[in-house]
Amino acid sequence: MPIDVLMPALSPTMEQGKLAKWLKKEGDSVKPGDVLAEIETDKATMEVEAVDEGTLAKILIGDDTDNVAVNTPIAIIAEEGEDVAEAAKGGPKAAAPEGGSAQEELAGESSSESASSGGSAPPAAPAVARSTNAYDASDEVPEGTEMVDTTIREALRDAMAEEMRRDEKVFVMGEEVAEYQGAYKVTQNLLQEFGARRVVDTPITEHGFAGLGVGAAFSGLRPVVEFMTFNFAMQAIDQIINSAAKTLYMSGGQLGCPIVFRGPNGAASRVAAQHSHDYAAWYSNVPGLSVVMPYTAADAKGLLKSAIRDPNPVIFLENEVLYGQSFPVPKLDDFTVPIGKARVHRKGDDVTIVSFGIGMTYAIKAAEELAKEGIEAEIIDLRTIRPMDSDTVIASVMKTGRCVAVEEGFPQSGVTAEIATRVMEQAFDYLDAPVARVTGKDVPMPYAANLEKLALPSVAEVVQAAKAVCYK
Amino acid sequence: MATAARKSGSAASKSAKGGTRRTTRNTQSNAPALSKDEELQAYRDMLLIRRFEEKSGQMYGMGLIGGFCHLYIGQEAVVVGMQMASKDGDQVITGYRDHGHMLATGMDPKGVLAELTGRKGGYSKGKGGSMHMFSKEKHFYGGHGIVGAQVPLGTGIAFASKYRGEDSVCLTYFGDGAANQGQVYESFNMAALWKLPVVYVIENNRYAMGTSVSRAAAQTDFSKRGLSFNIPGEQVDGMDIRAVREAGARAIEHARSGEGPFILEMLTYRYRGHSMSDPAKYRTKDEVTRMREEQDPIEQVRRRLLGEWEVPEKDLKEVDSEIRKIVNEAADFATNDPEPDPSELWTDILH
Repeated sequence: MPIDVLMPALSPTMEQGKLAKWLKKEGDSVKPGDVLAEIETDKATMEVEAVDEGTLAKILIGDDTDNVAVNTPIAIIAEEGEDVAEAAKGGPKAAAPEGGSAQEELAGESSSESASSGGSAPPAAPAVARSTNAYDASDEVPEGTEMVDTTIREALRDAMAEEMRRDEKVFVMGEEVAEYQGAYKVTQNLLQEFGARRVVDTPITEHGFAGLGVGAAFSGLRPVVEFMTFNFAMQAIDQIINSAAKTLYMSGGQLGCPIVFRGPNGAASRVAAQHSHDYAAWYSNVPGLSVVMPYTAADAKGLLKSAIRDPNPVIFLENEVLYGQSFPVPKLDDFTVPIGKARVHRKGDDVTIVSFGIGMTYAIKAAEELAKEGIEAEIIDLRTIRPMDSDTVIASVMKTGRCVAVEEGFPQSGVTAEIATRVMEQAFDYLDAPVARVTGKDVPMPYAANLEKLALPSVAEVVQAAKAVCYK
Repeated sequence: MATAARKSGSAASKSAKGGTRRTTRNTQSNAPALSKDEELQAYRDMLLIRRFEEKSGQMYGMGLIGGFCHLYIGQEAVVVGMQMASKDGDQVITGYRDHGHMLATGMDPKGVLAELTGRKGGYSKGKGGSMHMFSKEKHFYGGHGIVGAQVPLGTGIAFASKYRGEDSVCLTYFGDGAANQGQVYESFNMAALWKLPVVYVIENNRYAMGTSVSRAAAQTDFSKRGLSFNIPGEQVDGMDIRAVREAGARAIEHARSGEGPFILEMLTYRYRGHSMSDPAKYRTKDEVTRMREEQDPIEQVRRRLLGEWEVPEKDLKEVDSEIRKIVNEAADFATNDPEPDPSELWTDILH
């Protein structure tokens, strides 16, 4: 069957071009790869190569023709053994080219904006259940469980050790995690128990070892990659986002990435702008990642265990200031906390304070101050930033009618901005005042002690915001 | 696809031992010859890539393929030769010029082409496109769109093999452009430090998009790029499949035996522009024509088959038409397969 040679597009946006010159003439034999003609657009000159073998039976559009629409037949090739004269008569329409239906389909596509099977309206996101589904974290620990005071540092170590005992595929890697016992001693004694094969000291090479960890996860291992601080993960963020977060989607569900990136995040004490950045908002912007930021030691342990078992990449944000703080941790053989569920940290009826991670320290102290003045705050600890448990927040706001969101991160596009948006979208009618936010100031973190203090949120600011939304 | 020749790892290593070490700039290869069957298999596998890519180019021109599309035409001997030297279970990972690697690992041309057209039956259900396809079954780990990102990833796959005590080797491909990325050297360091079973295959096709090697690289001999990490490297005539297979077998054996990484710089050439919309004004037409006429990897095999192996031309014609049929069927499938269901928008974000 004769084959039409079509005017090609050089890019998806090209609609027409100039057929500048034929390099083959009618009657010439052609084979794949032979240059047939040159075409020009405003941007470039390109060669049209033959894909098929045969004889150039007829040239339909001659040299030096302007404005030839893409996909217009420009010549006919007779296949080997075909009658060239007969093929030449075929004309563009009579000779149904291979893929002819494709052209018609294509024409349809370009003329109507969305002829594809999707129709014009995108499908709705999977339904988000409304606020009746507030999560009750009190079920996480059975009544009567013995509680043991544990620092966050120890809780994180215990979580890793338990998961490494449970699953041979789990290993820990990062700078100073083994011989040095962890830059912040979070990986203390792991080397002694599990050996150098599973507790791997890396060179100072964040981009490299983050990518190496992602590759190992693609291949079925469960790496726990420690960044000495998340500030250094900026060197590795391409691998975290482009490789770890996106590959499951880009592979149509074939290739998952069960990896945990963990380490201290946000301001410590007097370490200035390059060592104080809070990345909660950054990572929470990315579909394909889960972002966890616990406050208590129990949540740190239970969530890290869940993160290590999770089949997806999890960003696990810790805080240097909190490492040494002790909290009661349930003495259970296998205590886990689900990712994506908030916890009501304090009950109250007057105002909802939503926070997470170290932001909780301001919220808790502010609630104590407010109680002295007769305002009972309900505190929601998000625990997971993405996926965010809006239900628990909304249920509380529907009860209190007022909301203050607190974080140490920057205000613009921050996690509190997201909380405020969701409350506005889902509980607007229940609000008695606009949502208030208390955040880190919109400045790089200064070094001087007094300036650093000013740059961070304060209990006083939270108290003030809570009173403002209560009109007191 | 038949995979007999591809799985002939042991045969390849055997002949490799008989081969002499050499520098490979000379065009007169003294690499061990391929058997007739191997030559036929190589011809077939390379031709499939060539015809598939020509078809992709045509379908791109028709608007059936969108976005970016980087063709492998001219470089076929590299991946086909390396596959001949590897064994089942060895992993492959590469960058964005990846169609050839997929076909060489035995992935179905229909699924690859349907991914290029963004259809439901594509390897990534139409959600990845030209640069993002994967097949766990064929140990193909992508298909990565960020230049150089596949290098730590491939190193990590090798890390996992060693961690599990398996004897597979990860063939990690990247180009002369990616070879200037920092993460490549971070990977070299760790791979050498931990003696990971990885072979770095640098496909030097002379141009990083439009920038020639000499304009981008202070050290243009990429086989030396591992010297400061004590990684051995060799330049290989990447247009001669015999040379590729022989060097590949040695490099893979080195990595598999626990000696750590190996670098192979494949001197190759892409006939087409960097992507479909590249008019390639940065090189002369003569340069391209000369490479095509004098060093074409498929033509080299074809000449040997017709000459010393005395294969009748009609036998090769049969191979040609068989390949054409495979490619046309793939094109039909990729054209007529439906687009993904709209509900796919929301799937595969998290497991």
